[in-house]
Formats: sequence, structure tokens, C-alpha cells
Amino acid sequence: MRWIWIDKFVEFNSGQSAVAIKNVTLAEEHLHDHFPGFPVMPECLMIEAMAQTAGILVGEAKKFQEKVILAKIKKCVFFDYVKPGDTLKIEANIESIAPEAAGTTGKITRQEQLIAEIDLMFSHIDKNLGGKKFPEENFVFTDTFKSLMQGITN
Amino acid sequence: MLEVKDMAMSRDEIFQKVQEVLVDALGVDEDEVTAKATLMADLGAESIDFLDIVFRLEKAFAIKIPREELFPAESLMNNPELISNGKLTAVGLAELRTRMPHTDITEFQKDPSINKLGSLFTVNAIVNYIDIKLKK
Repeated sequence: MRWIWIDKFVEFNSGQSAVAIKNVTLAEEHLHDHFPGFPVMPECLMIEAMAQTAGILVGEAKKFQEKVILAKIKKCVFFDYVKPGDTLKIEANIESIAPEAAGTTGKITRQEQLIAEIDLMFSHIDKNLGGKKFPEENFVFTDTFKSLMQGITN
Repeated sequence: MLEVKDMAMSRDEIFQKVQEVLVDALGVDEDEVTAKATLMADLGAESIDFLDIVFRLEKAFAIKIPREELFPAESLMNNPELISNGKLTAVGLAELRTRMPHTDITEFQKDPSINKLGSLFTVNAIVNYIDIKLKK
């Protein structure tokens, strides 16, 4: 991960669930184009926030030995706009986890109001794409995201 | 309290549940999920969908499904003894019969090209698999 899209974990139950927060700010340049005069967070970036929260949860469950890649968006439903100044709470739960893949459910809220429901599927690519070789080092979990993990892992 | 396994599920009941799973996993309409429909060609399933389907089937029927049991294609395809010139050999076909008793290989064995292996994964094959599994 080189582009961190969540600010901090506020809860982390290894192998089960995690909660992260993300502050939305007008300093995010894409908001000036999306849309001019009416800045709202693109839904795809809300999915990215969930993918990072859930992906780290799934990765940590296997001690970051697997290369965890987002493979499928099973469901995503959005209920309201997100604007600069909002603080989003992103909650992810592991629904199922197997050697080759994992499934998560989750929701995004803003001060108790439901903003989105997002269910995802991740693939552990070393276990999956038979024959294809990936770089030895774990290019998914790099040093950049480790500051996020400080304070939540033992 | 009755568990799912105690009530012998009829084939129709199994089909209904499998249909629901496929509608959810693949985002297709119920009327597209016919018994003969193939997962890949007809319903547009890709490899990650196969994993999703296995997870959902496990949940729906309260059983464990080792992935290679339901969709064993990978280990079949990577074994040089079972494949020759892109087709399954006689040994390969015998192996297929043993590992996938839930599929109907009558058409496939006429031209057992590995490119056509996907055609064996029909809705019926899943229903057969669940039926066999629940009876054990």
C-alpha cells in the first residue's frame, strides 16, 4: 500500500472486526472537480476506505504473510452524500476466511447516521492464481502503512 | 430442534437454495439460473466468483466444502499425466469421473478438450454435489 486512505484505527479485534476513521477535507484536490461548487466524496473512494480497513483486518489475521488483494465487491449501497468536514467511521467484519480468500461485511457511518453498506471479497493471490508468479516480497503490506498499525497491535 | 441435516432435503429444495446462492453471488436473474446453465459461459462466473459461491453454499447448507472437491479443475489441469495435446487422456477422464461424480461428462468425453472443462460446471452439478454431501 502506498496510498493510505484511512487516518487511524480506533478498534481492532484480530481475526474478527476493526473500526477505522477517515476525515474528509477540502484539501483533497479531487473534491474541487467532484463537483465544482458541490464537493462530495466519490463513492468509489468510500469503497477504497472500506477495502483498506477490511484488507488490513484480513491481512493481520494471517500475520501479513498473504498478499491480500481486493477481488470482488459483493454489495455496496450508499444512503447519503459525504462532504468536506465529515468524519467517517468505517467498520469491517470478517464473515469468512479460508486459505485462498476472505469475505468481509461492513458499514460506513457519520455520527451514527448510516452512509454505506459494503461487502467485499479478498483473494490471497499466492494461493490462487495457479502458475502465476508474484514478487517474493509482500508488495501489499509495505512499511508505509505500518504507522497505522502502531498502537493497535501487541 | 430439527437441524437442516435431519430433514432430508428434496432435490427441489436444494435447487431453490442453490438458485438463490447463484442469484446473489453472480447478480443474475432467477430465470437465468436453469438446471443446465453453465456457471461460466451462461452465468458469467469468474474464478473469484467460484470462491464466493463456495462460501455461500457452505453457509446456506451448513456444510464444509473443500474447494477442490466441488471445482477440482486446477489440479486436473496441472497434471501432465492427465492431459495430452490439450485434451484429457483416458487416465485423465477416469480421474475426472472419480473426482467429479456430481458432473455429467457424457457430452464432454466426446471431445475432452481442457478448454471445455468449464462446461461441466452446471447448476445441476452443484445440486448433485449438495445432494450427495447432505446424504453422507
